[in-house]
Amino acid sequence: MKLFRILPALCCALFAVSALAQEAPDAMVKRVSQEVLVIIKSDPKVQAGDQARIREVVETKLLPNFDFERLTALAMGRNWRQAAPEQQKQLVEQFRTLLVRTYSGALTQYRDQTMDYKPLRADANATEVTVKTEVIRQGGAPVPIDYAMAKTPQGWKVYDIIVGGVSLVTNYRDEFNEQIKNGGVDGLIKTLQKKNGA
Amino acid sequence: MKRTCAVAALACAALLSGCATAPGKIYDPFEAGNRAMFAINEPIMEYIAKPVAQFYVAVTPSFFRAAVSNYVNNIDDLFSIVNDALQGKWDKMGNDMARVMLNTGFGFGGLIDIASDLSIPRGEEDFGQTFGYWGFPQGPYLFIPVWGPTTVRDGTGSILRLLWSPTNEIPNVPVRNVIYGLVTLSEINDAVEAMKLVDQAALDKYTFIRRAYLQRREYMVYDGKPPPEKDED
Repeated sequence: MKLFRILPALCCALFAVSALAQEAPDAMVKRVSQEVLVIIKSDPKVQAGDQARIREVVETKLLPNFDFERLTALAMGRNWRQAAPEQQKQLVEQFRTLLVRTYSGALTQYRDQTMDYKPLRADANATEVTVKTEVIRQGGAPVPIDYAMAKTPQGWKVYDIIVGGVSLVTNYRDEFNEQIKNGGVDGLIKTLQKKNGA
Repeated sequence: MKRTCAVAALACAALLSGCATAPGKIYDPFEAGNRAMFAINEPIMEYIAKPVAQFYVAVTPSFFRAAVSNYVNNIDDLFSIVNDALQGKWDKMGNDMARVMLNTGFGFGGLIDIASDLSIPRGEEDFGQTFGYWGFPQGPYLFIPVWGPTTVRDGTGSILRLLWSPTNEIPNVPVRNVIYGLVTLSEINDAVEAMKLVDQAALDKYTFIRRAYLQRREYMVYDGKPPPEKDED
């Protein structure tokens, strides 16, 4: 199960970004990931596995740097336009919660990993960039983690994370499609709510 | 002789596998069967593999587990040399050859990964990727209990890898079996760790793992630069 050797590196994948609008996207990824790494390594509550505290770190440090609406819309694909505005709002909300929970869980598994930042190859006036990083693990091959980011009036925001070639958005598109095929958009919302309530 | 026949049969299977698979599209004609296998896999992982893997972690020091992974990686590197050559990736081939020579020669037959300490990157090429590079499609997706996700193409590659592994040539049967056992434990342990994440993240673990696997393999065939995915609409 080779795939499983890279999945745990997801725990570093969310180490991105709260920012000054002018901050370059790669600088932002680096700053936020370093901030989060410091908290994880030094905060006694996080070390003790305090879920509430870990979620708080994810909520305050990481989430402001994500464009959840775009992320959700991309994961919905062609189904996005079929959803009513109220449904869209709920989808964004529920998907956001799911990702917070997933990453909080991942952070608890975090061990002695370090991050390496690749030089950004993009035009100075680009509005979409991919920031490339690598997670270096003891005794394992480095796992590349790419952040797809777009420039918004509120600064650069992450709209997809690609871990070792596995795009979060693409992965959830299958999941969402399947739920919608079986129970429509409302069915998907219910499944997400149930998952988050569990 | 028997081995050669098996290999030939598999190669034919790979050639015939799945004709109409465009990249990015899921080809899972055996979905019902695969899902049944997936369902069987869950309790096996939960009630057998997981406790055994936990026991393995509890009774072995981490340097020992690292040595087991290094041993597997060294054999992977050896096969990577072959696959680098089959794809004409000479830079990677040089790296992999240096890795295997250093790790086998100075790292006690691959137990210590000296080459990584010297920052020689792994080529990580395998037969499945070579078939992909040559233009063979993935073919039907398969889920095999304990083994995990694969496809006809990648599975054919894995079987070649198993048949030709130098571990098979170890003359002392108990030693060989202990090595097989340790290698399996090491891989199960990785899988158990990762499944915790999948449990939390996935709405349907089957589709989640299927897409993650296929994305990962596509990425590997293209050495990290897969062609952009076509939008469905």
